[in-house]
Amino acid sequence: MYISLSNTPEPDEQEGTRSAPEANRPRGVRTVSSTVVTLGVVSMLTDISSESVAAILPLYITGVLGLSTIAFGFLDGLYQGVSALVRIAGGHVSDRLDQPKWVAFVGYALAAVARLGLLFGSGFAALTAVITADRVGKGIRTAPRDALITAASRPETLGRSFGVHRMLDNIGAAVGPLLAFFILLVIPDGYDTVFATSFAFAAIGVVILGVVVPNLRARGRTHGTGSAGAGRTDAAPRARFDWKVITSGPMRRVLAAAGMLGLLTIGDGFVYLVLQSRGGFAALWFPLFYVGTNVAFLAFAVPLGALADRIGRTRVFVWGHAALLAAYVTAALPIADIAATVLCLVFLGAFYAATDGVLAALAAQLTTPETHGTGIAAAQTVVALTRFVSAVGFGFLWYAVGRENSILIVAALLAVAIPVAAVLLRTIAPVRGES
Amino acid sequence: MTDRAKWFFVALVSVIVIGIAAGVGVVGWFQYQARGSAPSAIAISSADDWATGERVVFRNTAAGEGYGQVASVPLADPQGPRALVDRACDRVAASEDEFVCLRTERGVVPRYTATLFTDDGSERDSWPLAGIPSRARISPDGTLIATTSFVTGHSYATVGFSTETVVHATDGRDFGNLEDYTLVVDGEVVAPVDRNYWGVTFVDDTTFYATAGLTTTGTTYLVRGDLETRTLTAIATGVECPSLSPDGARIAFKRVTSGSGPTAHWTPAVMDLASGEVRVLNRETRNVDDQIAWLDDDTILYGLPRDGVAGDTDVWSLPADGSDEPALFIPHAWSPAVVR
Repeated sequence: MYISLSNTPEPDEQEGTRSAPEANRPRGVRTVSSTVVTLGVVSMLTDISSESVAAILPLYITGVLGLSTIAFGFLDGLYQGVSALVRIAGGHVSDRLDQPKWVAFVGYALAAVARLGLLFGSGFAALTAVITADRVGKGIRTAPRDALITAASRPETLGRSFGVHRMLDNIGAAVGPLLAFFILLVIPDGYDTVFATSFAFAAIGVVILGVVVPNLRARGRTHGTGSAGAGRTDAAPRARFDWKVITSGPMRRVLAAAGMLGLLTIGDGFVYLVLQSRGGFAALWFPLFYVGTNVAFLAFAVPLGALADRIGRTRVFVWGHAALLAAYVTAALPIADIAATVLCLVFLGAFYAATDGVLAALAAQLTTPETHGTGIAAAQTVVALTRFVSAVGFGFLWYAVGRENSILIVAALLAVAIPVAAVLLRTIAPVRGES
Repeated sequence: MTDRAKWFFVALVSVIVIGIAAGVGVVGWFQYQARGSAPSAIAISSADDWATGERVVFRNTAAGEGYGQVASVPLADPQGPRALVDRACDRVAASEDEFVCLRTERGVVPRYTATLFTDDGSERDSWPLAGIPSRARISPDGTLIATTSFVTGHSYATVGFSTETVVHATDGRDFGNLEDYTLVVDGEVVAPVDRNYWGVTFVDDTTFYATAGLTTTGTTYLVRGDLETRTLTAIATGVECPSLSPDGARIAFKRVTSGSGPTAHWTPAVMDLASGEVRVLNRETRNVDDQIAWLDDDTILYGLPRDGVAGDTDVWSLPADGSDEPALFIPHAWSPAVVR
C-alpha cells in the first residue's frame, strides 16, 4: 500500500460533502493523511515504551524486588477499570475544550514522566504509582487521539486511516517486548537500561506529538498549523454539548451491539490458557502468544480498515466477530497442536483488526465533529467494560462446566449474537458520500 | 517553526534521550561484566567436592563468578566453602541423587523450564513451565516433582494473577495441573472460580499437602492431596506454602500476620497436624515470602532478601518452637533444600 506523507484532506472534505467515491480512484494511490501516520508513529513509540516495561515487569518484581507477582496481579484489574473511566472523561474534556491534541498530549506526557519515575524510584510503591500514572495516561489520550485521526481523515477512508494507525501501534506493541528481552539478553540485570530506553521512546513520541502533529480542531475548521487563538476566533458559535448525541439514534444501537458482542469476548488470556492446556507446542510458546496475535492484528489492520470503508463499517465490525468465533472453536477443538495454535492466533488478530479501529471509525461516523471524542470514548468504554464483565463471567463458567465446554458455550452464544447484531445495525447506512 | 525545524528538533531530542539510554546501557553492561568476572564474594571449593551425605543444596547468590548457580554445602559446615555445579537456577529442590532446577531462560523470547539434573550436572529430563518459577519440591524417593509458577498476564493477555502448580513424574506418568483436581471444603465439592494452588510438599508418592488460595477474598486453605483419586481436601485455613517436617507430624508455613493483598506481611508458623494447634514464630519480624524448608525436626530454614543489595539473599534458620531469634544459616543463598 501507499501512504502519502503530504496529503492532509481539505476542510470541505472533512465535512463529508460529496467527494468522489473512493472506488473510482485508481487502486494503490489511496492516501492517508500525514497526521494519521505521525499519530501512528507516536503510538508506536509509546507502545514500544510501555510494552517493553510491561513485558519485563514480572521478572523485575520477582527477580530484583524479591516480591511475588501476587501483589501486582491483584491491582492490575483495578487499573483496567480506572483506565476505562478516565477514557470517557478524556474524550469528553477533549470535546468540551475542542483541544484533542493537547488533551492527548497530557495523556502521553503523563506516561512519559511516569517512566522517569521508574528510573529514580524503587520498590513496590514507586512501581505502583508509575503503573497507575501510565494507565491513567492511556485512558486520557486514547479518545482524543482517535478524534484527531478522525479530524485528519476523509470520512470515506476513515476505516483505512484507523487501520494504518492501529498497524503502526501494533508494530510498537510487538517490538517493545522483544526489545526489552533483547536488552536483558545482552545485559542480564539491565533493568535500568530497559527503563531508560522506555523513557527515551516515550519522550520522542511526546515531542513528535507536541511539535509535529497539527492542532486539528473539530469546530474551528482551522487545520494545519493554525494557532489556538486563531482557531477560537474563527470558530462557529460554540455548540452546546449534548449527551443525546451518543444516547440516541444509530449511536445507541452501535453501543448496544458493541456491548452485546463485548459480553461474549472473553479475553485472549482465557483463549491462550485453553491452547496451553494442550501441552507440547502451545505450552512451550505460551509467552509468545500475544506477539503472534499482535503480528496478525497489524497485518490485517489496513486491509480490513479499507474493507470497512468499502462494504460498510458495521458489517466488518459485526462479522469480524466471526473471526473471534473461529478462534474459540479452533481453541476448543482437538486438532493438531501447531496448526490449531497458529490458526487461533491469526483469527484473534483478525478479530482485533476488524473491530478495534473499525469501531472507532464507526463511532466517529455517527457523531458530529463536536462530539467525536465523547462518542469514540463511549464506544471504547462500553467494549472495555463489557469485556471485563465477560472475563469475570467466563471465569465462573470455566470452573462450572470445564475448559472446552465453557468456550464452546460462549462460541454458540456468539454465533447467535452476530446475526442479531447484524440485524440491529442493518439500518446504519454506509459512509456518507458512498453509494 | 518550519517543518524542517520541527523535525530537526525531534531529531535533536531523539539523539539526546537515546544517547542517555545508550549510556545507561553501556555502564550497565560494563558493571555486569565486572561483576561476572570478579572472583566470587564467598569461598568456593571445586566442583568435585559436591557435598555427599547430609547436605544443603541451594542457589548461590554471592556476587561474582558462579552467581545463580546451584551449590551445596555439608550439613556439618553450612558456612564453609560451597561446591558449585555449573547450572544456573532460579529455584532448586534436591533429593539423594538429583536436583530439579527451575529457571528463566533468557532470550528474545524468554522461556521457563524445569530441568532434572543428576548431582554431576548431567540432564535427565526437562519440561516447560507456564511462567516465572516460584516453588519446587521433590518427593522423598525422587520420582515426583511439583512445581509452582506464576502465569503472568500481559496487556493483551491479562488474566490477572494466577499460579500453576503441576506434578511431574519421572517415570512418564502425568499427574497434571492441580486446578483439574476435585476440591473438597467442609465435606462438599466446591469449585470457586478464583482458586489457585501453590506450594506442594510431599508426604509420599500419592499424598501431599499444598495451598489452595482464593484470590478475591484472600482466603487460603491447607489442602491434603491424593494423586490417585485426584482430590484435594481442605483441612485448615490461613496456611500458605506448607512444608512437612521430617517426622511428618507438623507443617511449617507462612501466615499473613498483617495487611492483605499487596501489603501482606508473612510470618513463619508451625502447625501440629494431630491437634491443629498453630504457633506463629513471631521472633522473626521480617516479611518471609518463601516456602520453608526443615533443617531437622527442631529447626526451619527460609530465604530473605539481603537489605540494599538487589538480587542477593541469605538463608536464615529459626527454632521451630519459637524459642529463639532467627540466625544467619548460609549467607548469599536462596532456595535451600536439605538432603539427608
